Amino acid sequence: MKLRIIVSLKPGVLDPQGRAIHKALGGLGFTGVADVRAGKVFELDVADDTSDAAVDEMCRKLLANTVIENYRIERP
Amino acid sequence: MKTAVIVFPGSNCDRDMAVALEAVTGVKPAMVWHGESDLPQGLGLIALPGGFSYGDYLRCGAIAARSAVVPAVLAAAERGVPVLGVCNGFQVLTEIGLLPGALMRNAGLNFVCRDVALTVDNAQSLFTSRYAAGEQIVVPVAHHDGNYFADAETLDRLEGEGRVALRYAESVNGSARNIAGVLNAGGTVLGMMPHPERRIEPAHGGTDGRRLLEGVLATVGA
Repeated sequence: MKLRIIVSLKPGVLDPQGRAIHKALGGLGFTGVADVRAGKVFELDVADDTSDAAVDEMCRKLLANTVIENYRIERP
Repeated sequence: MKTAVIVFPGSNCDRDMAVALEAVTGVKPAMVWHGESDLPQGLGLIALPGGFSYGDYLRCGAIAARSAVVPAVLAAAERGVPVLGVCNGFQVLTEIGLLPGALMRNAGLNFVCRDVALTVDNAQSLFTSRYAAGEQIVVPVAHHDGNYFADAETLDRLEGEGRVALRYAESVNGSARNIAGVLNAGGTVLGMMPHPERRIEPAHGGTDGRRLLEGVLATVGA
């Protein structure tokens, strides 16, 4: 079973990388971009009987730092 | 005083830390590989060195923080054994949860590698007892991810409890309230981005870092 985990910075956490990307988009002439936040996507191929709780634990224990990041688990 | 330096794949300041600790304590530190599950008995200080453990993959210090040796470090910290994390070691301490907050990419996005002036905010801790409160010291930084972040409530609590040990005298990396070094609630765990082990002998350009290790030695004893 393939899962997709999206990790993004919590609102209010400064994102210097997103800001630099935002500036670069402006430099390329793209207007109307109000904000950019950079995040991470993990694609996991897990055993079909992997429980939701186990995936959640993977996120909390390693994939996301919940001090600064939120995560979302997408199932196919 | 017996000390240990934890070595992760990608640590690169572990030997500098070992040389500094031996210079101050007169005892060669135990170099403990991350895969060990036990630490030597009777340690007076555990040091988590700088470097780029696991290539900074995922997040700085994140994978090192899940090493086999970490439960032993946590248990020792719980017993009150002093723990010092420098640079990547500070990042590891926040990822372990021994210290609050997180270290984000520098606000200016550049790797910063230079001497910086620090103000000693709390000179009462076992790490900072050899400094005067408010004293300015010079210690180098070398990092890409030293931008200290914690929510306002946590920052207020840290300041209120005297847990901000060191502050940058000027903005270096965008850190909240210019925080350079943070203590745990018991004052026995210090994480700091600047490298005290690089200011031990006059040939290093100064000895401001040496006094931090001397402070630990003076408190913990020989």
